[in-house]
Amino acid sequence: MHRYILKRIAFLIPTILGVTFIIYAVLNITPSSPGQAILGPSASPAAIEEFNHQVGYDQPFLTKYFNYVKNMVTKADFGISYFTKQSVFNEVWPRFMVTIKLSLSGVALAALIGVPLGILAAVKQYSLLDTIPSVLSFFIAAIPSFVLGMVLLLVFAQQLKILPSYGLDTWRHYIMPILAIAIPPAAQNMRFTKSSMLEAIRQDYVRTARAKGAPERTVIWKHALRNALMPVVTQIGMSLGLLICGSVVIEKMFTLPGIGSLIIDRINFKDEPIIIAGVILISICFTVVMLLVDIIYAFIDPRIKAKYSNAKG
Amino acid sequence: MAEERTDLILDIKNLKVVYKTDMEVVEAVNNIDLKIGRGKTLGLVGETGAGKTTTALSILRLLPAVTGKVLEGEIHFDGQNLMEFDEHFMHAIRGNRISMVFQDPMTSLNPVLTVGDQIAEAISLHNDQLSKEEIDRKVEDTLSMVGILPKRKSDYPHQFSGGMKQRVIIAMALCCEPELLIADEPTTALDVTIQAQVLAMMRELRERLGMAMLMITHDLGIVAQTCDDVAVMYAGEIVEAGTVEDIFTGEHHHPYTVGLFNSIPNLDSRASRLKPIPGLVPDPTNLPKGCVFSPRCEHCTEICRQQRPETVTHGTHSLRCHLFAEKKEGGAAHE
Repeated sequence: MHRYILKRIAFLIPTILGVTFIIYAVLNITPSSPGQAILGPSASPAAIEEFNHQVGYDQPFLTKYFNYVKNMVTKADFGISYFTKQSVFNEVWPRFMVTIKLSLSGVALAALIGVPLGILAAVKQYSLLDTIPSVLSFFIAAIPSFVLGMVLLLVFAQQLKILPSYGLDTWRHYIMPILAIAIPPAAQNMRFTKSSMLEAIRQDYVRTARAKGAPERTVIWKHALRNALMPVVTQIGMSLGLLICGSVVIEKMFTLPGIGSLIIDRINFKDEPIIIAGVILISICFTVVMLLVDIIYAFIDPRIKAKYSNAKG
Repeated sequence: MAEERTDLILDIKNLKVVYKTDMEVVEAVNNIDLKIGRGKTLGLVGETGAGKTTTALSILRLLPAVTGKVLEGEIHFDGQNLMEFDEHFMHAIRGNRISMVFQDPMTSLNPVLTVGDQIAEAISLHNDQLSKEEIDRKVEDTLSMVGILPKRKSDYPHQFSGGMKQRVIIAMALCCEPELLIADEPTTALDVTIQAQVLAMMRELRERLGMAMLMITHDLGIVAQTCDDVAVMYAGEIVEAGTVEDIFTGEHHHPYTVGLFNSIPNLDSRASRLKPIPGLVPDPTNLPKGCVFSPRCEHCTEICRQQRPETVTHGTHSLRCHLFAEKKEGGAAHE
């Protein structure tokens, strides 16, 4: 098991190298240059060339790539922003933390709402405790989070004026963005948990547990739930990964200093170092989340643990 | 009558079970009677879909909650009608006084719990006063009783073979020393050599624990080896019932029973082909109006299509067929 985890962590290295290479390549294929983008249309070609030379953009693609990777690995140096001339790490890290804070609390809330409702709906199938949340979640799952965000803004900031509409100064600022992030995946989680639980309840081993004389609560919690959790854990892990990459819209809408909006802003200026550093952080995060999902699997299901342990070599 | 009742561990009277969905009503069990004496084994024989498992699940009141319904009938266990009790009372019966061994050992054990935990659960549910160590010891005893090394209690089901899993399931069913064991095709999913082992073990444990058994099977060989009495079930009805001697060596038989026997290879006969029963089990949502076997019966007459036959009893042997309705010397069915 430990070896498996180490192996997975070691696999991060080629992942990151691959990601940097692809991003670098894409940025260098596109026609504009940082000088053009930052100095604007009125700048003379000489000034643009001068700027590109200064920041090091005009070096050959492969040289640039190897230097970047070398500095990153040996000095933990992610370079200097073309646009602000600030250290990239100092710019990216605080914004990354904002995104992580929002996504983690959003996913946690989505799990806390969705999973218990899903279990309840499955256990009380065909009752009102099943039909009402199921129909609601059907509609909510179909609403994109930016529409939900706008509705929240309209109601709580514009009409009721009880919540602030932008910034992240107090805890009250977090309420609407987190709700907007959490509610659509909560509905997904509910539907997922319900179907997975329904399937688990119909399994033979659940009937065996009943035949042993186990009361319904034991049957559900001890026998059905643990087996039903596997796909739910995957779903939650996936939604965390997607949120980290995809919360740009929510960040823009609530004017939050997150990493998604930073990357989008700097793409306009072709600020390579910032874009790449941001993408690297996101991809590390995604890989780590997926690794965590796999580790949780092993704790839930002994068969998977056995597979990991056997696959050492 | 009262005396006779105490001799019976299980007495099913006029049981009728249906599965109801929005679209249709499946008549799974139609007014059957079954009796099992204390310490006796009853074989319930029939094709897939005859209602054998449904009968077993009704005894434990484990029918699917939404669709399965017992419409009529009484199930007396040790003189008490199980139909009258609440779910809480049934928890104390299940796994303790009546246990069940299921058909497919591959799916009947919880994959995420160790086999020791699963057996311990059954023990602790019905023995509050036992300490953790005592339960542990009992788990080990039960495992060695079914021929599994006690140290394997901390293994998970996926580390066992099919035959070993079925032994674990039998251990789980027997750990509280039930008075009645319902074995629902316990050997169907196993290969032949393992079948023989498991059956021999079940027979031996039955003798040792002195429990009664309802052996559900479609294999007449198993019936001959293990049972005292036999009931032949077809399309939710008991078409013939009696002692093993009545069924295997008796003179008169329901045409369906004859068909079942003709479907087994016989070492003595020179016939090069088996004689299967033509056709299929009738659709349980739309049973024939007359005798349920009439569409497949080679002795079918007009009355068979029109009218359901009554059960005729001679001593221990009962039959439900128009051939034997009035005259005792039918004789047409067998051989």
